[in-house]
Amino acid sequence: MIEAHHLTKCYGETVAVDDLTFTVRPGVVTGFLGPNGAGKSTTMRMILGLDAPTSGTVTVNGRPFSEHAHPLREVGALLEARGVHPGRSARNHLLAMAATAGIGDDRVDEVIDMVGLSDVASRRVGAFSLGMGQRVGIASALLADPDILLLDEPVNGLDPDGVRWIRNLLKGFADEGRTVFLSSHLMSEMALTADHVIVVGQGRLLRDQSMSEFIAGASTEVVRVRSPEADRLASILARTAATVRRTRDGELEIEGLSSDEVGIAAGSAHVTLYELSTQSASLEEAYMVLTAESVDYHTRTTRDPVTATDRSPAVSSAR
Amino acid sequence: MLAEPTTVRRRAVETQPVDFRRVTRSEWIKFRSLRSSWLMLAGAAAGMVAIALVVAYNTRHLSTSLQLDDIVASAPMQGYYLGQLLIGALGVLFVSGEYSTGMIRSTLAAVPKRVPVLWAKLTVFVIITAVTIIPISLVAFISAEGLISHFRTGFSLGDPGVLRVVIGTGVYLTLIGVIGATVGWLVRSTPGALVSYFALILVVPVLFGNVLGTWGKDIAQFFPSEAGRSFVSTIHEPYSVAPWVGLALLVGWVLLGLVGATLTLRRRDA
Repeated sequence: MIEAHHLTKCYGETVAVDDLTFTVRPGVVTGFLGPNGAGKSTTMRMILGLDAPTSGTVTVNGRPFSEHAHPLREVGALLEARGVHPGRSARNHLLAMAATAGIGDDRVDEVIDMVGLSDVASRRVGAFSLGMGQRVGIASALLADPDILLLDEPVNGLDPDGVRWIRNLLKGFADEGRTVFLSSHLMSEMALTADHVIVVGQGRLLRDQSMSEFIAGASTEVVRVRSPEADRLASILARTAATVRRTRDGELEIEGLSSDEVGIAAGSAHVTLYELSTQSASLEEAYMVLTAESVDYHTRTTRDPVTATDRSPAVSSAR
Repeated sequence: MLAEPTTVRRRAVETQPVDFRRVTRSEWIKFRSLRSSWLMLAGAAAGMVAIALVVAYNTRHLSTSLQLDDIVASAPMQGYYLGQLLIGALGVLFVSGEYSTGMIRSTLAAVPKRVPVLWAKLTVFVIITAVTIIPISLVAFISAEGLISHFRTGFSLGDPGVLRVVIGTGVYLTLIGVIGATVGWLVRSTPGALVSYFALILVVPVLFGNVLGTWGKDIAQFFPSEAGRSFVSTIHEPYSVAPWVGLALLVGWVLLGLVGATLTLRRRDA
């Protein structure tokens, strides 16, 4: 469990993280979303005590991270800059990390095997590809079989196999009741992996809710219809409150009606349908709508914290 | 609040609490697993022996054209000029290499109390440098005198002050390397730390000593490299402190640097 309480970080005049309060719970995969510069990496560094908060606190399993006697066992971390000396071999890097916690060489070889680096573990990390370097970072995070995984862009540079492996690993961790907190810009991957999302924009909390609520709440459903009598159906539907668009393929996209209602309308007018489906919004669309709002509204002057249910566009730089 | 299921999970990996011994072991693995560490140590060792032999060969016959520096007992030890560049750079890189590669974040995520990393690095560096460079200083002196003795009487380790100078050269290089490491902690970036170290050791004392006249020389004798020089030379030069005062000054610089490094490490974001 990670608990941030009014966490704030300023670099001179710039507010990188602005009054963030959130809890990352065990048993689910929590995604950390936000545009570049939204404060995600800074927040992760503060969780690990690498950066000191300007104000506010953050605890890991109830205590500041630095107070734990077994830090690697509490949090396995992969940060944005991989944090590996390029002149050292992968195995020696992991041995040095393991030595701080008295972890044996067997476990080092085990994690090397887990991330699929057995063949190259004795080579210098500087010669590795981005994806291989990423695997070293992941191996390092897994070393002490930690309670919490803290991963900044873990799938960066990984091949499809690696991406799927990470996804299953993280879900498995969460299923065992552990805490998983990860950031990623790959929305499709995040949608598959995360159960819960925390969204930040310009350092402030925009959303802290379940993935399904976030997607459902952020954009409207579209009903898609394929029909040989599309024009007739379009004119019938246009009499209702719905918005009807024609796609290039001659299909109709209807907003404002459910698929049931569209089906009933078509049936009562004896319009033949080949296909009737609901296009639910994607995480990417939900994210884009939200962050577009956050970029557009610069004039909020109050500083009351944005709660999870607050649907107002909420970011301020006017301070 | 949800119950914490993590407490019932069976732990697959046993871990021990982070302590000074484990951090030191980690730092030893880091030191030995970089090729550059050994190249710089070997370069310093080879350079010191080679320079000792060259000085010995060139001074095998006494003549009036020779400078006093080159015929006294400390003459073969002049390789320390090269040694202090390499050992200092080794100290700088042992620390700044962590910052310039991002390794420091991994290091501090494993040792979030931070300060044990500084003491562990210091321990590893001092032990490795001392056990390499002090014997190498003896080897350099003994081989040089061995060469000279074929041509004329030279010096022996038993002569007054000679053992101090020979062992002192190794001690000086170890301490100056620690100063390099503290510059690494304070400056962090490798190029910046190397430039700062060379400026402190080579440039600033010369500027004070040669450009600013006698009061500049009065100040220059207290800089680490000048103070240390008085300890590793058998001749006492004007504007130079006494040998043991020189050593004390050097140790003072080291302590000052370590205090600064500790404060920086504790307070600054990594």
